[in-house]
Amino acid sequence: MTTKRHEQVGLTDAQVLDMYYYMLLARKIDERQWLLNRAGKVPFVISCQGQEAAQVGAAFAMEKDRDFLCPYYRDLGLVLVFGQTARDCMLSAFAKAEDPNSGGRQMPGHFGGKKYNILTGSSPVTTQVPHAVGMALAGRMKQKDFVVYASFGEGSSNQGDFHEGANFAGVHKLPVIFFCENNKYAISVPLKKQLACESVADRAIGYGFPGVSVDGNDPIEVYRVMKEAVERARSGQGPTLIEAVMYRLVPHSSDDDDRVYRTREEVEEAKKKDPLIVFAEYLREIGLLDEHKEADMLARVQLEVDEATEYAENAPYPTPESTMTYVYGE
Amino acid sequence: MAVISFIDAITMAMREEMRRDSNVFILGEDVGVRGGVFRATNGLIEEFGEERVIDTPLAESAIVGVGIGAAAYGMRPIAEIQFADFIMPAVNQIVSEAAKMRYRSNNDWHCPITIRAPFGGGVHGALYHSQSVEAMFTNTPGLKVVAPSTPYDAKGLLKAAIRDEDPVLFFEHKRCYRLIKGEVPEDDYVLPIGKADVKREGTDITVISYGLTLHFALQAAEKLAQEGISAHVLDLRTLYPLDKEAIVEAASKTGKVLIVHEDNKEGGVGGEVAAIVAEHCLFDLDAPIKRLCGPDVPAMPYSPPMEKYFMLNPEKVLEAMRELANF
Repeated sequence: MTTKRHEQVGLTDAQVLDMYYYMLLARKIDERQWLLNRAGKVPFVISCQGQEAAQVGAAFAMEKDRDFLCPYYRDLGLVLVFGQTARDCMLSAFAKAEDPNSGGRQMPGHFGGKKYNILTGSSPVTTQVPHAVGMALAGRMKQKDFVVYASFGEGSSNQGDFHEGANFAGVHKLPVIFFCENNKYAISVPLKKQLACESVADRAIGYGFPGVSVDGNDPIEVYRVMKEAVERARSGQGPTLIEAVMYRLVPHSSDDDDRVYRTREEVEEAKKKDPLIVFAEYLREIGLLDEHKEADMLARVQLEVDEATEYAENAPYPTPESTMTYVYGE
Repeated sequence: MAVISFIDAITMAMREEMRRDSNVFILGEDVGVRGGVFRATNGLIEEFGEERVIDTPLAESAIVGVGIGAAAYGMRPIAEIQFADFIMPAVNQIVSEAAKMRYRSNNDWHCPITIRAPFGGGVHGALYHSQSVEAMFTNTPGLKVVAPSTPYDAKGLLKAAIRDEDPVLFFEHKRCYRLIKGEVPEDDYVLPIGKADVKREGTDITVISYGLTLHFALQAAEKLAQEGISAHVLDLRTLYPLDKEAIVEAASKTGKVLIVHEDNKEGGVGGEVAAIVAEHCLFDLDAPIKRLCGPDVPAMPYSPPMEKYFMLNPEKVLEAMRELANF
């Protein structure tokens, strides 16, 4: 019998099944959005496919309603664990008034919501990193013990805001977790043209805090390193940089064609390590998942996605005149 | 009422707000033990400690970006940019983030940050310690841009900025810091952001200005009064959003409008003021709308004769006012 790796890191059977559920939900929402896009029903999709294990593993190491997220546009799996629903995501995809991120103002993937402890985000990459540091600073000033999570891609780790934010957090030993989702591509530009160092995690040494590289296809490993980072942050030992290494399984967005910059062989090879497949295998090996349970879970997820799609498609748009509201406090 | 300098009014406003509200804190370069390179935060670390008067790493985007994160959480940060010239690395944070946070989240989040920045020349600051950068920000809905010219306004408007629920970019003309003195009440008062102020009543010409050049206009108006020319002087105080009503009223009053600012002419705030006057006051005008501004060169040179050539002064303003009066 295979060892239950998840128990060694403090995860229960119920928790790992939940993790798999959130990964599957993220994947199925994402896949549906591509279908809707190709059917001409939603203008744009930005994908989480291939990154669900890292996102869900990271989210499980934090506390919903206590910790804060400053995510980036691929973090669908992460925000689902923090309370966003399939319906929320579809409302955002259809740009409807009820979209909790922005009331239909922003493109999909620009997550936010005070009720979920998710700070509103923008499209210029990595601007959320200093925000996370500022929230952590505020938390310290108000004597709170929450941690703040900021995620970004490996390409974004070249931005000045990454450096400025990480340095500030290092100097002030703030409870921030810098979570890099290294999916190997910044749109079309591969890792080797983005970084000269071996790993994004290597950058941490310059800021005086630990940097850890982890297999982003393994939610249990991601959970383990995240849990350590959360404990470090909560106990006043300062930030951690985590690099989760994975592969972006689909084009950058619905407007991209990845055939011009990477081979199909490379993509097919990466798909063998698809975290959904690998994690399901693990759960089957240890006897937590069988054909029957898997079918049940899939049916539950499909139903959620179907209902969310139907609801969002029929939901009202914001009124045209509401374009004029909330420029300033009213 | 005590007569104090412009910079002391700035310090007084921050001290009062920090005493009033424990969420108010300062972050910036050299704001702590040094008390700021201009001494605007002088004495504040002694009173409020290094937790609330934070010497940051030398990185402007983080100064503003960290402030934005803290503001979103519920704090009232005052971020100091040491010279307005050095605000450029933080423009993305100001324009893409602070200014859009409320709008893009459909009013879920907002960002009550105040960003202070000394601007303007006449202090031998050369290209990169003299610039007027306000026009780069006065096309950004979601942001408020304030530039007071008197100690009284500086205190009341800075306190209003700190209490404002939205981001305020607060420009302080550095030549005004110690040159301009005025009566400032020691009690608590705030002035409305978005409201211009008539600094002198007159009937023949209208001068619209802000910052240091506002004082040049007032001095010139005093002299012109002896020649029998009566100048009406409007201080914009807030550069975005502009007080359109006050501009229209001031322009209509005399029918002759001169707009004066130190920032260079093309694309400056004066162009927008002129457009407002042109849109609303055409039939009240008795002369073309005139602008007297800094020259359209990249920035202010160091060499004294060149700096002097760039800078406006009371004589140049007086000349332009007299010319308009005689039109």
